[in-house]
Amino acid sequence: MNDLATQLRQYVNENFLFGVETKYSDDDSFMENSIVDSTGVLELIAHLEGSYGFKVRDEDLVPENLDSINGLVQFIGRRREQPAVIS
Amino acid sequence: MCGIAGVLHLDDRQASPELLGNMIGLIRHRGPDAAELYVDRRLGFAHARLSIIDLANGRQPMQTTDGRLVITFNGEIFNYLELREALIERGHTFFTRSDTEVILHAYAEYGARCVEHFNGQWAFAIWDRLRGRLFLSRDRLGIRPLFYTQVGRTFLFASEVKALFACRDVRRELDPRGLDQLLTYWAPRAPQTLFRDVLELPPGHNLEVDGNRMQLSSYWRLDFGTRRQQSSADWCDELRELLTDATRLRLRADVPVGAYLSGGLDSSITTALAQRFTGDRLRTFSVTFDDDEFDESCYQRAVVESLGVEHQAMHCSYDDIARVFPQVVWHAEKPMLRTAPAPLQLLAELVHESGFKVVLTGEGADELLGGYDIFKEAKLRRFLASQPAASGRAALLEKLYPYLPNLQSQSVAMRQAFFRTTPGELESPFFSHLPRWNVTAQLKRLLTPEFQAEGEEGSDDPLSELAAALPRGFTSWRPFCQAQFLETEILLPGYILSSQGDRVAMTHSVEGRFPFLDYRLAELAAQIPPRLKMMGLNEKYLLKRAFRDSVPPQIFQRSKQPYRAPDAKSFFAADWQSAREPYVEELLSPERLQRAGVFQREAVQRLLVKVRCGRATGTRDNMALVAILSTQLLIDQFLENFPSPRAGTCRLPITDLPTTICSAALIR
Repeated sequence: MNDLATQLRQYVNENFLFGVETKYSDDDSFMENSIVDSTGVLELIAHLEGSYGFKVRDEDLVPENLDSINGLVQFIGRRREQPAVIS
Repeated sequence: MCGIAGVLHLDDRQASPELLGNMIGLIRHRGPDAAELYVDRRLGFAHARLSIIDLANGRQPMQTTDGRLVITFNGEIFNYLELREALIERGHTFFTRSDTEVILHAYAEYGARCVEHFNGQWAFAIWDRLRGRLFLSRDRLGIRPLFYTQVGRTFLFASEVKALFACRDVRRELDPRGLDQLLTYWAPRAPQTLFRDVLELPPGHNLEVDGNRMQLSSYWRLDFGTRRQQSSADWCDELRELLTDATRLRLRADVPVGAYLSGGLDSSITTALAQRFTGDRLRTFSVTFDDDEFDESCYQRAVVESLGVEHQAMHCSYDDIARVFPQVVWHAEKPMLRTAPAPLQLLAELVHESGFKVVLTGEGADELLGGYDIFKEAKLRRFLASQPAASGRAALLEKLYPYLPNLQSQSVAMRQAFFRTTPGELESPFFSHLPRWNVTAQLKRLLTPEFQAEGEEGSDDPLSELAAALPRGFTSWRPFCQAQFLETEILLPGYILSSQGDRVAMTHSVEGRFPFLDYRLAELAAQIPPRLKMMGLNEKYLLKRAFRDSVPPQIFQRSKQPYRAPDAKSFFAADWQSAREPYVEELLSPERLQRAGVFQREAVQRLLVKVRCGRATGTRDNMALVAILSTQLLIDQFLENFPSPRAGTCRLPITDLPTTICSAALIR
């Protein structure tokens, strides 16, 4: 597991699951497993912008980017390659 | 409206007036005007009266002149005048003008089937001295409450659970199965309650206790199986006439009747109808909030101006909610996921202080005539699932939950993901409710493993159990009707009419009356074609059409907003650092959570960290906070410190109530 995935998992566990042990894989959908609800997605976006220093654009708001640990890892990776500075 | 309680020993012990006094003492708020007891050897009844009909002669417990039947009754039989006439024709003689006496004679005439003649809201017990049989009944839709238990050879019943706990032999323990159900369906399903061995008489049921036999039987259930064809204009006329008559009947009282006015469609219609029948200006009452997200005062003003009613608003602050919340839980007798009952308790206080005992309200319209967003959501999810690739359809999702800002700021793609249909869901009888139940059930993750395991014990698959309890023919009903049935049978009695209805109103001795819940209207609504209930995504279409001339246009044009109140914000100061009331910190402390053993203290502390950072803004975190706090309050007030000093309850024992001791043998 890479560091980014671990960091993200830690954030999800702390913020959405309140540390309660919950089994889910890096590919499991947050929404299908009821880990994140509609407000949770907004929290997730704020967290990405706050912790990883890029702006989440409207076209980024798709489940492929935001609905699993691996989705987030890849999305953050792509964004780091083509950064968009928060205005 | 009143409070009732009773005891029946199944052996030779005598019913104790002291126990009866204590039982009724704990629910005196339901009937502050008088309290009386009746004791017939092993049977005892208690009654706390809120005088509404036949103020002078309606005393209870009431007996027939031959002394054979005696009743303790909470509620109203609205068609009592018509029933009285019919019974007089059959040779019955009446000595009062009360509906209570009508029940006694109807029972004498028709036996248990008397309830089929009643149009009303009731919970009562009748003791037949001749046969040594106790008969209990509860209204069709669960407006008035009734709980019972058996401990050893003693059967006890009461309007509220706390009265049962006046008997020291009744153990006061949480039932994890009750909480398990509440943390899915928002309420336990009757007869299940939050307390071990305490049962709730389900709506539409009778219970007979006869010697050692206890028989529960259903006399009515909402049935969507009958389809009737007629023009939409005819449906419209029928609905208008029936709701008008239902309102007319619900104005029968020997005290003035007021009305709640939320600013929504339903209470605007009942208010407009009531205004037609009352000679004077109708008195109306409403709640207002600081927060625009919840406040509906501009719509309330529009209705007030348009109808010319005499209106009083009660402003509810965050502090107010925190202040009364312990008392709300004491009265609701179950945890809650929202604070919404609290402002309604404050509103009942205003109504009481204004000298009113009875209010009309709009409950039931959303369930029966298709108003809720859950129906819209189910319709749309089904529509999208039928042709997932069709372009443009997903944009319709923007029409869902327009009052939830966190959802409104989502992209179409994310909305599609939220409202997706997973494989197998389309075939489920619970299609409409699965998303809500799944979201709510996530709260169970916060339970301690032991408590959670106990809650799930003996039920491997709760949904299969629920499916087995559905009426025959349910699967052949149209999906919209299935959703309506679930909402009307689970959430309506379990939360809307109890925690948010009877219990908070009766805290201040106020009786709610619900024209939309007239059983004739419920039966009509079950036959109305779904497309007339929700035309496209236009909710309560037929209702709007039937009453478009009665209510100001802005009420029709506004988007539907369900009644809600601020949750987490009500318990923490604006900077989120300090709690508004000491009990919040106290009951959510690791020590108290550990002692209660219901929720995981570490998880709750993490939730509190999030709350204190001002980041607990979502539905789920808010529900979690309210659920945990209300559960802790329930434990504090019912298990650890009973009767609750927080709720300012009465002092026990109560020994000075007028008592009829029935020692004479029955004259046959």
